[in-house]
Amino acid sequence: MVSLRPAPKLPPTSTSPRLSLPKAPAGTVYRGHEGMWSWVLHRITGVGIFFFLLVHIMDTALVRVSPQAYDGVIAEYKNPIMGLGELALVAAIVFHAFNGLRIILIDFWSFGTKHQRGMFWAVIIAWLVVMAGFAPRQLITILEEFPR
Amino acid sequence: MATTLDAPRSRQAPTHPGRRFNVEKWGWIYMRVSGAVLVVLIFGHLFVNLVTGDGVRQIDFAFIAGKYANPFWMVYDTLLLWLALIHGSNGMRTIVNDYVVHATANRFTKYALIAATVLLLVLGTMVIWTFDPCPANGLAKNLPDFCKAVR
Repeated sequence: MVSLRPAPKLPPTSTSPRLSLPKAPAGTVYRGHEGMWSWVLHRITGVGIFFFLLVHIMDTALVRVSPQAYDGVIAEYKNPIMGLGELALVAAIVFHAFNGLRIILIDFWSFGTKHQRGMFWAVIIAWLVVMAGFAPRQLITILEEFPR
Repeated sequence: MATTLDAPRSRQAPTHPGRRFNVEKWGWIYMRVSGAVLVVLIFGHLFVNLVTGDGVRQIDFAFIAGKYANPFWMVYDTLLLWLALIHGSNGMRTIVNDYVVHATANRFTKYALIAATVLLLVLGTMVIWTFDPCPANGLAKNLPDFCKAVR
């Protein structure tokens, strides 16, 4: 049934400064700030990880050709440049993983939607913590293989 | 002040309303479910391969033979392969839909994605489940120590 009565007057809602309308016309909700940059980083890391995965499956498949074929290719990876590449790969994966969990929380939890900005910084802090643990471990490998 | 939003390039409603299966909806659900599982599986994969022991440089044929002597890692890596590759190619599909505007180029890019995905899923699964840790063509220096007892 359609009500013909006028809509009830609602008490004025208190707007927090974070949720105020943009000062300049904004083309999309995402433009600028944490929301956009997390999206950009998620795409770039995702594409990078995807192409790594294609190569990773193919080189690992060499274990079925012969032990020498596999060890020969892996030997090409054992140098400082590839060591830095592995560090970058882990950095990309860890960001993509934590930001992916942030996306799930935004999608399924009203708290997540409201606090997506704060959760972006939580992702960055969690990323820093994990990388602070992994980077020294990987740097030891890189330094050991540095030609001297 | 009116804010206009561009229409999303992915379909929001099923092309065939009579059918129950909505590809976009299940693709969206798959990304979240597989993503949550992949966080656990990939962190485990990276920890065992890159952090424990001698780190990334411990990886060689003997290391993999040691892992695949245990069915746990065969199941683990098969799950990883299927979840990650389908997650990755579905993500690439979204990106292709966003940036490859030309209709024919869009279709063929996605054919290439499907071909690469199917090929690597078959290849990877076959490699894991037909793997021989002590193959006849292996030289002693490349084989794991436990092969000496087998030969």
